[in-house]
Amino acid sequence: MSSSAATGRPAAGIELSREQGLLLEIAARTVRERWPIERVREHLETEGRGEAAEALEREIAELGWYGIAIAEEHGGAGQGVADLVPLVEPLGRHLVGGPFVATQIAAAALGAAQDTGLQAHWLPRIAEGQPLALALFEGDGSWDLDEPACALRREPDGSLRLVGEKQFVTDLGSAAGLLVSARGEEGPALVVLEHHQLDGVERTPEVVIDLTRRSTTVRFDALAVPGDQAIVGAPALAALRSAQEAAWLLHAAEACGGLQGVLDVIVDYLRSRRQFGRTIGSYQSLKHPTVDLLIGLERARSLLYHAATVISRPESSAAERETALRMAKAAACEAFADAGDRAIQFHGGVGFTWECDAQLYLRRALWLNAQWGDPLHHRRRLAGLLLA
Amino acid sequence: MEKPSAAELEQFRREVAAWLESERPEPPDFLLPETFLEVGTDEQLEYLRAWQRKVYEAGYLGMAWPREYGGGGRPAVFQEIVNQEMQRLRVPFVPNTIGLNWAGPLILQMASEEDKRRYIPGILSCDDIWCQGFSEPDHGSDLGSVQTRAVRDGDSYRIRGSKIWTTLGGHAKYMILLARTDPDGASKYAGLSFFLAPMQVPGITTRPIRKLTGEYGFYETFFDDARIAADCRLGEEGQGWQIAMATLAFERGAAGGQAGGLSSQAVGVGDVVELARRARRDGRPALEDPIVRDELVKFLIEERADALCRERAAIPALVSERPAAIALSGKLRTSEHRRRLMRFAQSLLGAQAARWVGDPGVVDGGLWQRSYLNTFSSTIGGGTSQVLANVVGERVLGLPKQ
Ligand SMILES: Cc1cc2nc3c(=O)[nH]c(=O)nc-3n(C[C@H](O)[C@H](O)[C@H](O)COP(=O)(O)OP(=O)(O)OC[C@H]3O[C@@H](n4cnc5c(N)ncnc54)[C@H](O)[C@@H]3O)c2cc1C
Repeated sequence: MSSSAATGRPAAGIELSREQGLLLEIAARTVRERWPIERVREHLETEGRGEAAEALEREIAELGWYGIAIAEEHGGAGQGVADLVPLVEPLGRHLVGGPFVATQIAAAALGAAQDTGLQAHWLPRIAEGQPLALALFEGDGSWDLDEPACALRREPDGSLRLVGEKQFVTDLGSAAGLLVSARGEEGPALVVLEHHQLDGVERTPEVVIDLTRRSTTVRFDALAVPGDQAIVGAPALAALRSAQEAAWLLHAAEACGGLQGVLDVIVDYLRSRRQFGRTIGSYQSLKHPTVDLLIGLERARSLLYHAATVISRPESSAAERETALRMAKAAACEAFADAGDRAIQFHGGVGFTWECDAQLYLRRALWLNAQWGDPLHHRRRLAGLLLA
Repeated sequence: MEKPSAAELEQFRREVAAWLESERPEPPDFLLPETFLEVGTDEQLEYLRAWQRKVYEAGYLGMAWPREYGGGGRPAVFQEIVNQEMQRLRVPFVPNTIGLNWAGPLILQMASEEDKRRYIPGILSCDDIWCQGFSEPDHGSDLGSVQTRAVRDGDSYRIRGSKIWTTLGGHAKYMILLARTDPDGASKYAGLSFFLAPMQVPGITTRPIRKLTGEYGFYETFFDDARIAADCRLGEEGQGWQIAMATLAFERGAAGGQAGGLSSQAVGVGDVVELARRARRDGRPALEDPIVRDELVKFLIEERADALCRERAAIPALVSERPAAIALSGKLRTSEHRRRLMRFAQSLLGAQAARWVGDPGVVDGGLWQRSYLNTFSSTIGGGTSQVLANVVGERVLGLPKQ
């Protein structure tokens, strides 16, 4: 009866090396110690990045995390994007909002771009911990990256100019550079700008739902782009695809981390708050939905480490990679948003206040849902892959 | 034990597949039950019993159980491969599930050498069908309150009371029985003891109970001062509760050590996808309907996630915070998934969902309707979903009891 892609046994299961396991333990401890919820709160009240956030960034850089997925020839450790999952989960769990993930996505793009000049220029800097920001999304809200409206125009004199608007550019302030997607003469193109080239460029801070994010709209009004800063044609497509894979995986990791964080918040409250002479966690109308959230977490984490396994295997087909990644992103974001939603309700009146941490997680969940495709979007694309 | 190489395992998988393909029995001219829970007639049981015996004699059952009791003495991964291939090739299931997967591992874990030799071979060969006498008419979820009495009388116990929902009870040679030896125990749990009880003794009678689908498979079991030998007791008097909990861990798949083999011929998401391809909505295949597609994708994601959970549970670094979460939630996750999936399948049948097994026009012989109603067997049997949610909430999340 069943012969389609729709079978229970996935192509590859879950593999985790000893090193990855150790890294997970170390990263979990490091981030937990450095970024307790009080730090998150301070950060919310800080304009820009703030000293504490910068100190954490420096530490992450010193620990070598920025270079883990960068090739050895460019000063990295030569691992893959999948090896970042154990780091990004705890960053998500403790609501860290820095440039690490965006920078790694940019690095994945450059790594696949077959542009040795740009690679030699940027990858060693990233490996050292210099962040790169991403300008890939636009006002039409599309999560498919292949048709940007922003244009890389060729002038009659042969020079290149960037025209258009990009949204949700995070952590631009501290970035050493910016990776911009644009419509080139032959399909999508990418431009890597140095920070100083943004001097005259219009930048408008956005007010975003995730209070830990610093996000900006950038308008390019015919900004001149030197030819050696542009990637066009097939390499640009390859770079975008690679960025997308990294982004789906790392956003799934962030969401799984956040889900663990908010589940802790719920469970702590259910074990301590008392009403009617009983601890509220003894009420099944709170207990059972919390078990459902746990199940959502167990499933999402299994899909996350499966996706990491699939993209690390050279023999995985493009469809297997895409399926595993989209499933991970959809499941993690859906479950995280469910948990954030229930976290508010299960705190009663306190849950409705600014002071209650539940809202920070729900806001993070809503932000992650809106980045790189929400669950409905990914399920639509999965339907195309699985239900031919 | 040496770890088998990937090549060796692949080779084994091919062997098993070839054997199953060539040896699978001819479909019978009567309706087969969907799972071991609905074996209602002798002809159904004998057909399935013959299949289990054949599988066992070929060496594909109890592969990881010790050789001295009739097992294969090989790494568990071999049995895992057999189970997967059986599922993939949709061969019939093996009926002695209670023996193979609940009582058997329990006996291997804690029974005497003599008992292991006495019971294990018959479980594997299917000569001895096993049943489980835990639930009573007045005590189901509250298993600790069971009242069936076992009164010591010289070298034997006299059993008095009744059990209910005894799957395979009318066919069984042995029962794992939870009974009260001390009605004045310090707590309701302390007075319970556990028995490996023979069923064919005077004073034990069974009465079949008809299921919501019209099928049979479970029984009410009456004990009217039935006398069983004292050495049928497993563990000490008063240890019944702990042993029953260990049994439930095997039953729910929360503990490993099962003999293996399929216990059902259940349909999966892939089958529902195929149904959606055939079913029509507004004159078009239901599979083209965006709402149907989204539902199917959700089920596919869950199905894959649950399969992966089993793998992740074996990687300590990925389950360090709540090591028991995956195992303890397994039955809850998968049985509820199946129930919702089969309910969804009804909506794909459209107007034809109104027919039932036996109607000449019913789609696929009524398999979808029957299957949906039968999914409740696993959301109720072995501990209801609600009770399991309590277990997970309390034992895994540390939430207070009610
Ligand atoms: C197909 C099938 C096969 C079975 N086979 C066997 C067998 O072979 N041997 C055997 O011993 N038993 C068997 N059972 C019995 C099964 O274990 C019990 O039916 C089950 O444990 C529930 O007990 P009950 O039927 O008394 O329901 P009850 O315990 O009366 O439950 C009624 C409802 O109350 C809910 N409920 C009860 N307690 C709680 C609580 N604390 N919190 C929240 N909700 C609660 C339940 O979830 C259920 O919805 C079988 C059952 C089925 C359906």
